Amino acid sequence: MRLIYKFLRISNKQIDTMATDIIIHDKKDNVGVVVIEKITPKQDCACWIMEDDSSTNIQSVDEIPLGHKIAMVDLKEGDTILKYGHDIGKVVKSIKKGEHVHVHNVKTKKW
Amino acid sequence: MEIPKSFLGYKRENGRAGTRNHVIILPVDDISNACAEAVANNIKGTIALPHSYGRLQFGADLELHFRTMIGTGCNPNVAAVIVIGIEPKWTKKIVDGIAKTGKPVEGFHIERTGDIGTTMKASKKAQEFVMWASEKQREECPLSDLWISVKCGESDTTSGLAANPTVGNLMDKLEPLGVHLCFGETSELTGAEQVCATRGATKEASEKFMKTWSSYNDFILKEATDDLSESQPTAGNIAGGLTTIEEKAFGNFQKIGNCKFIDVLEPAEEPTKGKGLYFMDTSSAAAECVTLQAAAGFNIHLFPTGQGNIVGNPIEPVVKLTANPLTVKGMGEHIDCDVSKILSREMNLSEAGDELIKTTLKVANGRLTCAEALGHKEFVMTKLYRSA
Repeated sequence: MRLIYKFLRISNKQIDTMATDIIIHDKKDNVGVVVIEKITPKQDCACWIMEDDSSTNIQSVDEIPLGHKIAMVDLKEGDTILKYGHDIGKVVKSIKKGEHVHVHNVKTKKW
Repeated sequence: MEIPKSFLGYKRENGRAGTRNHVIILPVDDISNACAEAVANNIKGTIALPHSYGRLQFGADLELHFRTMIGTGCNPNVAAVIVIGIEPKWTKKIVDGIAKTGKPVEGFHIERTGDIGTTMKASKKAQEFVMWASEKQREECPLSDLWISVKCGESDTTSGLAANPTVGNLMDKLEPLGVHLCFGETSELTGAEQVCATRGATKEASEKFMKTWSSYNDFILKEATDDLSESQPTAGNIAGGLTTIEEKAFGNFQKIGNCKFIDVLEPAEEPTKGKGLYFMDTSSAAAECVTLQAAAGFNIHLFPTGQGNIVGNPIEPVVKLTANPLTVKGMGEHIDCDVSKILSREMNLSEAGDELIKTTLKVANGRLTCAEALGHKEFVMTKLYRSA
């Protein structure tokens, strides 16, 4: 998979020691994953995009625990959530940038 | 890191090598569990593999039962086998299947003798087998004697970010060295199935995968009464931040790195196309999947977890890794390899892959896994449908 090649190449570079709060798999993704114990509302978070080793920032709206997703953009009902650069489900309740993305606002398209 | 070219294993009569030296007491059916467990209790150093099935099964389900039983006995991690069943015919069928490997195997049936008489006869033979097996020494075996199966469990988003790609990194490094590799979890590739199909090494392998996945998916759609939330993804997955089956599938799929699969195996089917990566049609439930992979001959298992699945297997050592720092902190006794520093970016993927290779080789050479030390011996047969 293309993504992995890129991740490998980037990961082998000298490691950037700057603290990362959120990791985003692919540049196309509209969600990121919290990788610290939790982020609190109105926290300015440092995001690392694995695909191209770039950085961005976002201010959170909700408290979001480790491993849970944050919306990187405003999303409306019917939109597709992209992670790993791929479709992982549909938005069933509109989501604002910085809000928690999970089972309360996203559903599978498969089952 | 320079990867060692060999490990210390037990050479078997059929040319395979084991990472363990078990003498197993294998019940053919549910009602023979008590006798098998009595024998294992009498004779120290043997293990009984109790399970729930083996009566009145038919068709493909019965074939799978025999394949799992025989395959478990044939696994190179097993030095010798005592088979105990209620009736002589199915008992003999399993004994004959295992005997083809050349390893010591003997069957006993309970009808007309009863549990006590059968326990006595089988115990005498089990004692002979275990004392014989205890003389076996580990010898240097080429790395290509490792058959590595993988399956993830209680996954969360850290699995897809780090623990599963670590397994993928190991695969990328070990595949060129001639090891056998196996991944499964048919239902858990749902959403990533098209991408996974493109990873077939041949058109036939890709088509066989899509056929296998479609058939499993049709079955799920037929039986489903809701969106499967809390079943797939599990409540644990959801607590860990995984929202949909598609998200779980793309995370799961990271385990195969950049490898391509050369064939699609039936559940518990032994691979026959030589070294390389295989896909096996399995359930995504941990113990069922590992039991099938062990029955296909895989001799060491890598198990990335997020929230902390604790599964083990009686014959195939299960190496756990996690990237979730809370799991390491809360239940570290279950984790053989901690790769949580990937998330804080203090460790890169290649370094994590090297760590996992080191842990895998230590375990192949005899170091107990956490699951072994904690007594996890989950042996779970896959049943395809109701018995007749």
